[in-house]
Amino acid sequence: MADAGRHPNITLYTSSEVADVKGFVGNFNVRILKKARYVDEAACTACGDCAKVCPAVFPDEFNMGLSSRRAIYMPFPQAVPSSYVINMNDCLGHGCSKCADACLKKCIHFHMSDEDIQVNVGSIVVATGLEPYDPREMDEYGYTRYDNVLTSLEFERMVNAGGPTQGALVRPGDRKRPASVGFIQCVGSRSRQKGGIYCSNICCMNTIKSTLVLKEHYPDMVVKVFYIDIRAFGKGFEDLYNRSRSLGVQYVRGLPGSVEELPDGTMRVAVENTSTGRVEYHDLSMLVLALGMKPSSGTRKLQEMMGLQLTSDGFFLEAHPKLQPVDAATRGIFYAGCAESPKDIKDSVTQGSAAAIRAVRLMHRGVITTEPITSMIMEAHCVSCGRCAQVCPYNAITVDTKKKTPAVVNTAACAGCGTCAAECGFGAIVMNHFTDEQITSQTDMLLAENPADKILAFACNWCSYAGADYAGVSRLQYPANVRLIRTMCSGRVDEEFIWHAFEKGAPVVLVSGCHIGDCHYIDANHWTVKRIEKVHKKMEKLGIRKDRLRLEWISAAEGIRFAGVMNDMEDLRRSVTNEEIADTIRILKERKKKN
Amino acid sequence: MEMLEDIGDNNLDRIVVASCSPRLHEPTFRQMMKKAGLNPYMLEMANLREQCSWVHMNEPEAATAKAEDLVKMAVARVGLLWPLTEEIVPLTKRTLVIGGGIAGIQAALDLADTGYEVAMVEKSPSIGGMMAQIDKTFPTMDCSI
Repeated sequence: MADAGRHPNITLYTSSEVADVKGFVGNFNVRILKKARYVDEAACTACGDCAKVCPAVFPDEFNMGLSSRRAIYMPFPQAVPSSYVINMNDCLGHGCSKCADACLKKCIHFHMSDEDIQVNVGSIVVATGLEPYDPREMDEYGYTRYDNVLTSLEFERMVNAGGPTQGALVRPGDRKRPASVGFIQCVGSRSRQKGGIYCSNICCMNTIKSTLVLKEHYPDMVVKVFYIDIRAFGKGFEDLYNRSRSLGVQYVRGLPGSVEELPDGTMRVAVENTSTGRVEYHDLSMLVLALGMKPSSGTRKLQEMMGLQLTSDGFFLEAHPKLQPVDAATRGIFYAGCAESPKDIKDSVTQGSAAAIRAVRLMHRGVITTEPITSMIMEAHCVSCGRCAQVCPYNAITVDTKKKTPAVVNTAACAGCGTCAAECGFGAIVMNHFTDEQITSQTDMLLAENPADKILAFACNWCSYAGADYAGVSRLQYPANVRLIRTMCSGRVDEEFIWHAFEKGAPVVLVSGCHIGDCHYIDANHWTVKRIEKVHKKMEKLGIRKDRLRLEWISAAEGIRFAGVMNDMEDLRRSVTNEEIADTIRILKERKKKN
Repeated sequence: MEMLEDIGDNNLDRIVVASCSPRLHEPTFRQMMKKAGLNPYMLEMANLREQCSWVHMNEPEAATAKAEDLVKMAVARVGLLWPLTEEIVPLTKRTLVIGGGIAGIQAALDLADTGYEVAMVEKSPSIGGMMAQIDKTFPTMDCSI
């Protein structure tokens, strides 16, 4: 921590949030919103004279509310930067100013305002961490009702020598040392009803560690652990577990069904011991809830801002679960720590180092090679209507609609989604590597023989095509008549591709892409929605059953959903008769003649 | 290596690789194309593993028919591909680290020690994250700070 604080190459922005990220790999423009600290952090010597005179007292967040702090406070003794901070919501304001009067260095400034900071970076490491599960939802353990039920974090602060009780374990109810302590595992983990369905990875070992701390300080204390499974899979973990058992910690296999308080403050725990099949009652002086992990609260906002993907449990999705475990699907963005999944300190550190070297690998040459899959304007065909510039998510196209000069693509900013090419009504945009001809050639070949038996599915590279791969890795079986055509984005799927497929005898067409909000090209898939709606209307007008064209969102993590959609498509295909297909071909040929 | 030899022997100018997902190995084969002196974008992959053999294991005949189609589609497409050249643009040698917990700190220190500038953004008034709140840490039972 201190090393990071004083490193000449590291600039710290605390009390800050990322407000916006623009640009692309190698050249991201980041807007940081730094909230006012109201204390000059460079000048503050952390003497503490200010807090001594502050009359506003509030629960100390760092100690989980087990002690108090003032409105001007040091987050914790070793905080970096080592400077006091005012929480303006707690402060009594100008009328008081006692802290400012007490500060000899005169580093308290009530007029300080939030700062808007712009930083250019080449790569980004997302290490947004976790949030502990909120146990108030699990009423059966009585966290909100009983003083002597603590969370694992409250316990952690209490046994810490620097904590509110200087390391002495006391019952909040009567401030006496508990004779016995029970730990309840999987609070907010491994449950289909409340909290996460996943294992939070660290809670077993954290509890084992806590039992050892207790046995070290209070050898005669009765310590019990209520668990489903003990997962001690890491290096040195099993040793620790065995040590805990040999010191007399009792492990009871089963999660309590209810907790009630006896008149003397003892907690009575009712549990079905699944080893013996009997219901047991355990009377304990104190209970500790081993909290699971949730993704950090800002995860969703950041994910939308940066166009990243999440797994179904809300953690960031890596580019590949084994081979690219710290890379995001977006080039230049990496994950570290619990942002990606619940993990312990060692794994977080390992991943932090891995993310760093992935970033170095990208940046060390000082230049970046951009993929040439970008759009290209055929100036002779361009009528300067401005449609392409309007739909480009990256503002990479400029058109002067008044002067009627042809559109210009900034290839460094173009990410290659192909939405412009799909929207251009004049054939003036060629999408390199995914040209109209290249895609149509695939459609033609796919439908060359027995078209009525086949399912044509357009899939975006990042989500739906990856979801199909994921179905493959998971060995999920789906109808073998599905043929995928890959585009970089569903936004590339030109209306003409769909008409062409139906004219060639396709019974059904699927367009699939990333979920709204998850698009790899910011919001290009919004245009997909609009386009499909437009085609649906035209189909209705022409007398073609519109449900033969479907739009589905399938994420890279949704292998099961991919297989499900393919089964649905097969049902849909079976509902399409040969006469219907022949009719459609006739209708579309006539339409072409008219045009 | 064998592919390199085949390209040379037969004077090939474009390739279809019918194997696994391009999401996994397109970069590998593009590298091979470069080695063979070909433009790396004159490559098309037919995804016969993740999107065929693994997902139609109980229908070998239908899977083979699909594989044939996928290869034909890839061949049709590769015939229409044209060479593309990558562009080289300058890059900012600085990393944004979002989050000042143990993972973010480790990443920032490794980058900074390697000589790169780091901008670290932390939403609370101090870095340290959850780790700073913890007393002893497993499995070695040492202090967190």
